[in-house]
Amino acid sequence: MSSDDQGILWEVFIQAKAGRPFKHVGSLHAYDKEMAIKSARDLYTRRNEGNGIWIVKSEDIVSSEAIDGEAFFDPSNDKVYRHPTFYKIPDGVKHI
Amino acid sequence: MENERKLEEFQQKIDANIKIEPKDWMPEKYRQTLIRQISQHAHSEIIGMQPEGNWLTRAPSLRAKKILMAKIQDEAGHGLYLYCAAETLGVKREQFLQWLHEGKAKYSSVFNYPTLTWADMGAVGWLVDGAAIVNQVSLQGTSYGPYSRAMVKICMEESFHQRQGFEIMVQLAKGTEEQKQMAQDALNRWWWPSIMMFGPHDSESAHSNQSLKWKIKRESNDELRQRYINKTIEQGHHLGLTFPDPNLKFNEETKNYDYSPIDWDEFWNVVKGNGPGNKLRINHHIKAHEDGKWVREAAKAYSKKINLSKKIA
Repeated sequence: MSSDDQGILWEVFIQAKAGRPFKHVGSLHAYDKEMAIKSARDLYTRRNEGNGIWIVKSEDIVSSEAIDGEAFFDPSNDKVYRHPTFYKIPDGVKHI
Repeated sequence: MENERKLEEFQQKIDANIKIEPKDWMPEKYRQTLIRQISQHAHSEIIGMQPEGNWLTRAPSLRAKKILMAKIQDEAGHGLYLYCAAETLGVKREQFLQWLHEGKAKYSSVFNYPTLTWADMGAVGWLVDGAAIVNQVSLQGTSYGPYSRAMVKICMEESFHQRQGFEIMVQLAKGTEEQKQMAQDALNRWWWPSIMMFGPHDSESAHSNQSLKWKIKRESNDELRQRYINKTIEQGHHLGLTFPDPNLKFNEETKNYDYSPIDWDEFWNVVKGNGPGNKLRINHHIKAHEDGKWVREAAKAYSKKINLSKKIA
């Protein structure tokens, strides 16, 4: 990296309302945590998009895409009995 | 052989409207096209701040000034969303800036025209942002995930830009005779550049077919241009202003407005760097970047110091 760079790449997650999950909205460059979260506020919440922000260095994210591709999810494919529709319930049985 | 099979699977994903994500396999040409297009789009947002910044200190009221400032801040944000999307393709931010400064990367030619009067703030918002919105709404459906998500966010924010521009046009068009003249003059100067924003005709567009096949673009230049013209003319009628094209006429058969041939010599002349503001825009960007160098260096030195003191403690 040259000496004049744009800092570290961070990923930004926003919580739209209390109680809701944090969702990835994009990324930004900053040199440290404090600058990153202030930039995230200015960049991603100019219109009350959220009341919670998480930021994390991009390089610290572990992604399944980088591991094994589609095969990574194979273990769940042959377990149809995990789904409620797998089970036959006699006619007339309610609220189950 | 391997590549052919991958290419076929890739096209099947595209045809099934499955978005392509950064770590998915993609043809090299798909990657290169996106790097060019997204970075060009990002540069346009950033350079686009300059013609508007020109009026920031001379806005006619505090209200107008606050609005213009918010709009310019949005443009900076849009540029940053797009740089981030472009970076997921494996090119660093520093590289994009270097290509811009060296003239290897382009930005929308429309920002090479000067903003001569306050009415230009109206015309730019109404016409230039209006044209950009037509293009960007279509690009929400682009096949590359990060680009598509950036477009969705940008479109949500962009509609205020066009409305504030139209409001300025209404105020001037309904004002004194001089103000009306000013609005008309701005429309005269910005109409053709805004139409040219959609790029060359489909028959002349070098990258169009492959881009449509890969759904990087969802509609052709001419389709988008026609949509923009149709809706903008109706808006212009509310202002009582005249468009600078005597051949602008509704065609009952096609249900579209016909328009005069576009002056492509003018277009290519500006693309090639001979527009009224090309050198000014790039030189200003380089200067701003160099003036900010000490801030980046200080921020970096500070982050190093903080990390070091943590390690010692």
